[in-house]
Amino acid sequence: MRFIFKTDYGQDINLAKHGGHVFWYGALVLLMVAAPWLFAEYWLAQLTLVLIYSIAGLGLMLLAGFTGLFSMGHAAFLGVGAYTHAVLTNMGVPFPIALACAAGLSAAVGLVVGLPALRVKGIYLGIATLSFGFIVEEVLARWESVTGGNAGIHIKKPDIFGWVLETGDQFYFLCLVITVLSTLGILNLLRSPTGRAFVAIRDSEISAQSMGIHLAYYKTLSFAISAALAGIAGALYAHNLQFISPDQFNILQSIDLLLMIVIGGVGSVHGAFLGAIFLITMPQAIAMIKDFLPPVVGQAPGLQGLVYGLVLIAFVLFEPMGLYGRWLKIRTYLQMFPFYRKGMFKRQKSFQKSDRLK
Amino acid sequence: MKDLLLSAKNLSVRFGGVLAVNNVSFDVKQGEVFTLIGPNGAGKTTVFNLISRIYTPTTGSIEYLGPNGLLKLTEQPPQNVASLGIARTFQNIELFEHASVLHNLLIGRHTHRATGLWQDLFFTAKVREAELKAREKAEEVIEFLSLQHYRDTFVAGLPYGVRKVVELARALCTEPKLLLLDEPSSGLNVEETDDMAFWIQDIKHELGITVLMVEHDMSLVSKVSDRVLAMNQGEMLAMGTPREVQTDPGVIEAYLGSIDDVSSLRRTASGVTSSQEAA
Repeated sequence: MRFIFKTDYGQDINLAKHGGHVFWYGALVLLMVAAPWLFAEYWLAQLTLVLIYSIAGLGLMLLAGFTGLFSMGHAAFLGVGAYTHAVLTNMGVPFPIALACAAGLSAAVGLVVGLPALRVKGIYLGIATLSFGFIVEEVLARWESVTGGNAGIHIKKPDIFGWVLETGDQFYFLCLVITVLSTLGILNLLRSPTGRAFVAIRDSEISAQSMGIHLAYYKTLSFAISAALAGIAGALYAHNLQFISPDQFNILQSIDLLLMIVIGGVGSVHGAFLGAIFLITMPQAIAMIKDFLPPVVGQAPGLQGLVYGLVLIAFVLFEPMGLYGRWLKIRTYLQMFPFYRKGMFKRQKSFQKSDRLK
Repeated sequence: MKDLLLSAKNLSVRFGGVLAVNNVSFDVKQGEVFTLIGPNGAGKTTVFNLISRIYTPTTGSIEYLGPNGLLKLTEQPPQNVASLGIARTFQNIELFEHASVLHNLLIGRHTHRATGLWQDLFFTAKVREAELKAREKAEEVIEFLSLQHYRDTFVAGLPYGVRKVVELARALCTEPKLLLLDEPSSGLNVEETDDMAFWIQDIKHELGITVLMVEHDMSLVSKVSDRVLAMNQGEMLAMGTPREVQTDPGVIEAYLGSIDDVSSLRRTASGVTSSQEAA
């Protein structure tokens, strides 16, 4: 068990709260930097994909996990970012500018989608964003002069002002840098007044408002930031596959993103990363065990969907706090051994809220 | 009046066919504790929601002495009310449940934020400085209400009585001029109610904050209030010192019913009332 002796309010503000954080996150950074020399090309590509999904996950986590607004059409923002970036890159725009435009346009679209969020809540917002996802997918498929329609478009290699990233290693580092910067940005937001306003809206709109928080501003802001991150992830996604088509940004992708943050742990930044790791490794794991299963089960179509569904149900039932919540419990168990109690993470039932004011 | 802080003039609110508040007028002076009492459904909380701009009055207006002189509160958007110096608590506790007590108090500092989105995103030196200052203020309130023990506890795990205090603390963190307390003692035991009375007096005397509250516990009301307004069914019944209002015949009737009501409940000698005989 670690007891931190606090002598300064700054200690609560710092990102690294104690030496353990510095050590372990330092080790993680070293591992990530050394990854191209440690892992085979295939696994490095998977790691790149994890990073890309983590960025999108961070955005959705900010929106759903910290502002309490669920988006069922998040792949649409991914698509807007990917297509904006692809079109601009193919026109010869350098990578950083194209990426900024992709993030900017996604954020602008996010702002517009955020407007219904001012009026509708919960499941109705889910339906609104879901239909928005369908609209974007349809636009991407029909606007053939720009997007190339269902045939999709190829995208050139990233070109940072004349420096073309040819290899997988270089692209990996690009994704790593962008992921680290996005994570730091989100962590900074969450420890500042803006992030606290999001959390306030998530937990009680009525009292957030009476604390002087402008609901409309912060809700649309959350949508915009979330969409911008999805746009950035989309741009990297396009480079990763070098080819994009509208069906990559359909409802299944949106559900994958949502699944990712729920399994990772809603309301934690770690959750976005754990969820992304889960989302990328799960199909691999299924493919591996397929051969060991009887052919009737192993070769059945839709095995992956079934497993995903079961896992999601299991998490909602047994571990609503997701993988990160499970990790917290394991860590506490180890730290407090043998004094861990089963009910330690049980939350007391909430008291009646003033629903009639909403 | 020179020391006037808030003045409600002919307030009425109609929800469809229900006249929740009917022609209510009152003045709150600076530095006093003003209490609204009345039976359930009297419209007390509705008056609160009018002041914190959750509802808009059908007719009438509220004037408030803001930082730049007297202004019409009823024309302000809801999120501006806090920055004008009006903080409130809720009858059913509206805390940010999945955040620590300290986090809740810091959210209370929102109106004093000095930085914008981009500064926050990069966590500039100015944000750090503002955060430290906010923390110091929050710690002052923690000290004032003796919440040190609960500083890092998540609200979701706190008992009801402590949540009440945390809500009061969060309201104080906004550094209000006018504090609206919606039933501060509901759900508290005798000891906690005494603490609450003590704090309300401290808030008035030490912090110089004007308090407007809704309360049912008459011992608390008479202990802390300077003036009391009794309401029933949306209308004003009586206004004055706690003693005056408690002895007002209209108020007694609203709470206990009239002599006629009592006699109608009285059983006849045969043990059945006339209405039962008719049935």
